[in-house]
Amino acid sequence: MSASAAIHPGLARRNMLSNTMTVLMSVCAVSVIIILLVILGYIAATGLRELSFSFLVNTPKPFGEPGSGIANAIVGTLILIAIASVVGLPVGILAGLYLAEFATGKFGTGLRFLIDTLTGVPSIVIGVFAWTVIVKPMGHFSALAGGIALAIIMMPIVARTTEEMIRLVPQSLREASLALGAPVWRMSLGVVLRTAAAGVATGAMLAIARISGETAPLLFTALSYSYISTDINQPIASLTYQIYYYAGAPYEQWHSMAWAATLVLVGMILVINVVVRLVVRGHHHR
Amino acid sequence: MEDDVARTGVIPRATPPRVAAREKELPEGEKTAAVTKMDVRQLNFYYGRTRALKDITLAIPSSRVTAFIGPSGCGKSTLIRTLNRMNDIIPGVRIEGTIELDGEDIYAPGTDVVLLRRRAGMVFQKPNPFPRSIFDNVAYGLRINQMTKSKSELADRVEASLRAAALWDEVKDRLKSSAVDLSGGQQQRVCIARALAVEPEVVLMDEPTSALDPLATQKIEELIVELKTRYTIIIVTHNMQQAARVSDRTAFFWLGELIEYNPTEKIFTNPENRMTEDYVTGRFG
Repeated sequence: MSASAAIHPGLARRNMLSNTMTVLMSVCAVSVIIILLVILGYIAATGLRELSFSFLVNTPKPFGEPGSGIANAIVGTLILIAIASVVGLPVGILAGLYLAEFATGKFGTGLRFLIDTLTGVPSIVIGVFAWTVIVKPMGHFSALAGGIALAIIMMPIVARTTEEMIRLVPQSLREASLALGAPVWRMSLGVVLRTAAAGVATGAMLAIARISGETAPLLFTALSYSYISTDINQPIASLTYQIYYYAGAPYEQWHSMAWAATLVLVGMILVINVVVRLVVRGHHHR
Repeated sequence: MEDDVARTGVIPRATPPRVAAREKELPEGEKTAAVTKMDVRQLNFYYGRTRALKDITLAIPSSRVTAFIGPSGCGKSTLIRTLNRMNDIIPGVRIEGTIELDGEDIYAPGTDVVLLRRRAGMVFQKPNPFPRSIFDNVAYGLRINQMTKSKSELADRVEASLRAAALWDEVKDRLKSSAVDLSGGQQQRVCIARALAVEPEVVLMDEPTSALDPLATQKIEELIVELKTRYTIIIVTHNMQQAARVSDRTAFFWLGELIEYNPTEKIFTNPENRMTEDYVTGRFG
């Protein structure tokens, strides 16, 4: 140590600085994880108190009546996510593919700027937009309007993450495909998109997680509904709205129910995540 | 003499006039008359403002191996990529002159580039198998071009291609495993099998063994010599000894110009051009 310290005078100080930074970064990482665990733990602890099988399968009852539940909200959220995904995912993914493969030069830059701006539009604004464009002409609130509002929120997010994932596909694979006589559309969809599938799925998952937690756009489109419904032409319940409704009520019991509903929502997002990951990985390894 | 220079691009010293490369009769020493498969005439290639290829004229004989040699940056990779129009995907490139495949200009407007790339397949320097199974890799070209009518026919073709690439015995019981898990040499042979599966007429090889170990290189060189009876092969190589081992004719490039184009034996034993001689004897490059 003394011999090398003689050759490199600042070595001891540099080592100490390196160790300090390593410790500092570790502390930050651990802090983030702890915060996340605390939040999840608190949700679990308070939510589990009110959580029961009947809670999951019953519909809401007036205050005082036993056997209240959030079954309608669970079904409603799933239906809204499904509508939003069916509309928003294909459009978003193909938009991202276009951005990565074909949007060059000034046009591409402008397009990207517009899409980035769209990701920053407040969700309540999108809700109002959907109200103006769908609810008002239709004459009534509906799950369809809610799903489309959520899809509009999803599209720019999915487009950007898809674009980033597709950029990671090495150029050599594109060339290999073209050299075998593949037309460009085939190369883009069959080789490039397929190779980026895992990353694109992750991006889609993030977008779904984001919209699952949206409340404001639903206030103007899907509203709420007291019973389990699968009619997309009618208002529909949603977990986020129920949480908002229960949390804002003056009853302590309803506050507990709000926590339980939060737990259910977080759990649902987790399950969707895991299922999609498994499906994509299984496909990839075949 | 003047005509010879224009047609062949060779800058002669005090040598007797030689038979131009484009004629159908080959100089003595080659057994069968070869037909011209691809004809390059007065080719100039530009990356933006930079002129990467200058007045290239040469004729590629069919059923032979033609090697492009030369130091880094001399344009040989650029040239081979013009032959199947792979340079089209690079923005800002421009081409002057003609390239003909079986007498048809491949840069004529309205040319089916997809079909061209099926007829002239390419193997790249770094093996680039798709991240899928070996079977799916070789079957890819067959599927997208709808070249087989049944599953069994597809399986037969895949087997035939893998046999042609001298890889069948090594992978026949693990066709469903991922191609990316193979060694470098095996991956490159998968790429060759994949290229052969679409039944090209010309196989373009851009430094196919430069990323491989000597054993794998040897296997692929043997493969090339065996393939030339059925395909026209053009190989770009940094390795002069490889060109000497494998090719029938060799073209030497320097800074975008074709310096000499002759039967391989002549290039390496008695080249006409001083620069060629300096390069092959290792005085520079």
